[in-house]
Amino acid sequence: MGKTLAEKILSQKSGSDARAGSIVVAEVALVFAQDTTGPLTVTQFQASGFQNLANPNKTALFLDHAAPSPNYRLSSEHILLRQFAQQTGCLIFDIGDGICHQLVAESLAKPGDVVIGADSHTVTAGGLGAFATGMGSSDVAVAFGLGKTWFRVPESIKVVVSGNFVEGVYAKDLILHLIGNIGANGATYRALEFSGDTVDRMSMSQRFTIANMAVEAGAKAGLFPADNITKDYLISQGRGNHYQPVFPDADATYEQIININVAELEPTVSKPNTVDNIALAGELKGTKIQQVFIGTCTNGRLEDLAVAANILKGKKRHPDTRLIVAPASRQVLLAAIEAGYIQSLIEAEAVILPPGCGACLGLHQGVLGDGESCLSTANRNFKGRMGNPQASIYLGSPATAAATAITGEITDPREVI
Amino acid sequence: MLTGRALKFGDNISTDHIIPGRLAHLRSNLPELAKHVMEDADPDFASRVTPGDFIVGGSNFGLGSSREHAPLVIKISGVSAILAKSVARIFFRNAINLGLPVLICDTDKINDEDKLEVDLVAGTVNDITNGNRLTFSEIPEVMLHILDEGGLIPYIQKHGDFKL
Repeated sequence: MGKTLAEKILSQKSGSDARAGSIVVAEVALVFAQDTTGPLTVTQFQASGFQNLANPNKTALFLDHAAPSPNYRLSSEHILLRQFAQQTGCLIFDIGDGICHQLVAESLAKPGDVVIGADSHTVTAGGLGAFATGMGSSDVAVAFGLGKTWFRVPESIKVVVSGNFVEGVYAKDLILHLIGNIGANGATYRALEFSGDTVDRMSMSQRFTIANMAVEAGAKAGLFPADNITKDYLISQGRGNHYQPVFPDADATYEQIININVAELEPTVSKPNTVDNIALAGELKGTKIQQVFIGTCTNGRLEDLAVAANILKGKKRHPDTRLIVAPASRQVLLAAIEAGYIQSLIEAEAVILPPGCGACLGLHQGVLGDGESCLSTANRNFKGRMGNPQASIYLGSPATAAATAITGEITDPREVI
Repeated sequence: MLTGRALKFGDNISTDHIIPGRLAHLRSNLPELAKHVMEDADPDFASRVTPGDFIVGGSNFGLGSSREHAPLVIKISGVSAILAKSVARIFFRNAINLGLPVLICDTDKINDEDKLEVDLVAGTVNDITNGNRLTFSEIPEVMLHILDEGGLIPYIQKHGDFKL
């Protein structure tokens, strides 16, 4: 009997016949933590009695959530992580390098890998055909020491995506639509596996956006096949040798199959305070927005900045709406400068943040005030997420965000393009 | 057998309700961080909770971040177990790794402040206040072993590896 992507990768990395429901121990090709989960990971690593990392060159720390640090306590956490990296020889990415998931995608994860990270959006690397999932600090600490972890092999839900996106509609709208339909609990403990003719043509940037948000439906992983588009991406990153094709078997068993025709989709927005609380952008016309945030591991890549810059070029943000942009990595920022996107965004009166998580999780760089509303390209709109439980968060695509920045209210991007 | 009071919450209690990202600077000071437990779901929770109480959630409890500080501050508050209709997977694994039981059962039948008796071995929840008896779903064996040792770190200290 054939295997799903999840079963194939976990079989290979556990050296066993991994089937949905079975428990396996698999080797991890990469294990990482970031600056808000890393300190507890270090504490748990030491408490476990480990002296050394199993694989220093497969272990990474990222200083991205508080970057640069907004206060002395978090600065002290950064010192602790830098010291740990120095002592153990693990990889470390410092402030300004970018968001962990973007850097993992650009330079670390490979098709067929098992990747775990102390960050729920570790699922992003599923866009490369890696089985990537978030865990807590204790699990990651043990994987630092052992180079492996245990998994319950998930059942998979196959999402077959067909058709062509209409103008103004993007991968972000597709994943918001999917989560809205299956619910924030709709794929809990399962892997979402994407396929179909739309996926066969889909850029890596869009695949990462979709894989990134799989966890918002509760999924353990959001998986894409590793095909020629993956290969071209890896070649463009100077690591074509990391490519191997990864596809599910044609006769794999899925718990459920969901068909989506993207030609029928419209710009979609998640309303406060859960991601599955969706509406069409056009239905929310008149909802005033005080801050637009474009960036994050969901939508802070070059393609996203291009979409936003092309809409905002020659225009200005609405006087009552702040516009904040955070490129996902230094590579993205440099390419966006080169392409003129940053110039267009700054001329539209955007504030450009350093590469990193920026305003996404409420630590700094765009904390919302009481009663304010933000339209963000991030992945989460929970109460309190952007630093203030008295504020409201709407989620949308970079195009919807750019259109909203111009009009000052939630706007279907097709009205301004 | 665990005995305590139910503190009831609704559906979709996220890790931001439990301990929001804006308090990341307090993560190096756990007693201080723990004063904010469940703050964005119930601002009075920290003063209301007493050792041995149960947090009773609805569906998809603990969705969101991988931050282990979420189950950690709940454990520090003295809560002896979490009961919910369903639980987000990272939170579930994190809680078990800290030795905090998470039990999946039909919590609609439990009301705020009900007195509960939880039998971890028999897999039952006895609501003494309204007389309802519930059963909770089986926890995977590997997680039971981790729970038995008091969490993942004590488990690894003892076994040095995963013994599946």
